[in-house]
Order: sequence, then structure tokens, then C-alpha cells
Amino acid sequence: MIEIQHFLILSSLLFLIGVFGIFLNRKNVIIILMSIELILLAVNINFVSFSYFLGDLTGQIFSLFVLTVAAAEAAIGLAILVCFFRNKGSIAVDDANVMKG
Amino acid sequence: MQPLILAYYFFAGITLFSALFVVLSRNPVHSVLWLILTFFGASGLFILLGAEFLALILMIVYVGAVAVLFMFVVMMLNINFKEIKSRLTKYLPLGVLIGLVLFVELGLVFGDFVPVLSPKGDKNLLINEEIENTRQLGLVLYTDFIIYFQLAGIVLLIAMLGAIVLTHQRRKDVKKQDILTQIYRDPDNSIELKDIKPGQGL
Repeated sequence: MIEIQHFLILSSLLFLIGVFGIFLNRKNVIIILMSIELILLAVNINFVSFSYFLGDLTGQIFSLFVLTVAAAEAAIGLAILVCFFRNKGSIAVDDANVMKG
Repeated sequence: MQPLILAYYFFAGITLFSALFVVLSRNPVHSVLWLILTFFGASGLFILLGAEFLALILMIVYVGAVAVLFMFVVMMLNINFKEIKSRLTKYLPLGVLIGLVLFVELGLVFGDFVPVLSPKGDKNLLINEEIENTRQLGLVLYTDFIIYFQLAGIVLLIAMLGAIVLTHQRRKDVKKQDILTQIYRDPDNSIELKDIKPGQGL
């Protein structure tokens, strides 16, 4: 029988791959956005597995809202990326230095 | 081995394997394709967990919209990816180190973690095996969670407006009708009456 630990381990591994991706591709904004999608997917898997094993629907509903926010975030992030590319001609994170931060 | 366990390992393997290649592959187009495969694996897992609606939403929203959006951006921007990727190995040790630290921490947390699996929620939020998942989600989403549902809609609306405002380009070489200027035009300033005598020019 599938235990909840199976899914917890899977989602933590997926989360780690996402964090790992952010550090590995620090210069490429598109891959960073995809890594954030992976992290949110890991969170969703956690929510849904707890929802199933608790027999409670709240996790699935929360997961639905996480999905909504993730879609909005991807759209805005890519729009900012397109804007940035128009102004700078590149998408490297190092080129975002207007604020001298 | 039960078929459910086999299916779990199949989908989990697909998800983790393709997630790893999202991060590792050199070409961003390949990354997007691996991301799509990751979402397929995750939606298989959701079906295993009895969340059919979320599984199909994941397919429609992520594979149909978000991944295609990523694909459009990757392909439309003329980006020199070789230049960006050139110093990949520099960050590899740091990434592996942070991944290992996080993994050990999560392992410590989950190692002797025994979840208390007793539902404490509302009565109509308990999963009822006799009703379909989609129907049951709809029954609570439009009643108990209507405020959050509407707020999610507003979030999406604002995201849409923001994306349009951010990426819209106003071009100067295109002639457009400016309706407000037309409406506010004053006939006194724009029409001039000339009294022309017969047989003479202006």
C-alpha cells in the first residue's frame, strides 16, 4: 500500500531539484522561473497527498489556488522578462544592475 | 507488488527524472519539454491520489498554457544561450552543497515523522467516495470558498492586465484614430467661413 511517506519524500526531492536548479542556473532567468514552477509543483503534491490521506478536501482546494497564483506569476515573470530583454538585449541576471544592488 | 505501488514508482520516476533534466539540460527549449513531461508525471500522481480534477487542470493549465508561454518566450527572444551557460561549472559545487544541506535537513524532519491522520475539518469537506471528485470540489468551491474563488479570479485579471501593460509597445510610425481628440475638437477653431465674391478667387 502507498504510504504518505512515499509522497513526502517525492515532493521533498522535487523541491530540492527546484532549489538546486536556481543555484545551478543563476544567470538564466527562464530556467529560474521553471525551477520556481517545480518548487510550486512539489508544494502541490504535498497538499494533495495530505488531502488524500486525511480524507479532507481542503488540501485540494488550496492546491487549486496555488496553481492559480503560479500561473499568474509565470505570466507576469515572462512579461517582465520580455520587457527586460527589449531594454537590455539579454536575459542574464548580471545585466540587471540599474539599481546598483 | 501491487499495481498501485508500481504505478506510483512509474509516475514518481518520470517526475523526478524529467525535473532533473529541466534543471540540467543545456538548451532551454529542451528544458521546457522536460517541464511538460514533469507535469504529466505529476498529474499521473494526482490521479493516483484521487484528485482527478486537479490532474486534468494541471494538464490543461500547465501543459496547455504555462509551458506554451515559456516556449513562446524562449523561441521568440533571440537569446545567446551559449554565453549565459558558459560558466555553469562555477556554480555546481555551491548548488550541490546547498541541495545536500537541504536534503539532510528534510531527512531529519521526515525521518521519524508520524503524521496524525485524523480529519478535523468541516463535515462537507470530508472526501466522500460516492461523489465524483470534480463534483465535490465544485460543491464546496462555489459555497464555502466563494470569496477565495473570486479573489483568485481577480489575481488572474490583474496578472493579465499587468502582462499586457508591460509588453505592449506603442509604435510611433503607425497612424491611429484618436477618438478623444476628435470629440473635443471645437468647431469654432477648426472651421473658417470665407466670403468669396463671384468672379474672384480666394
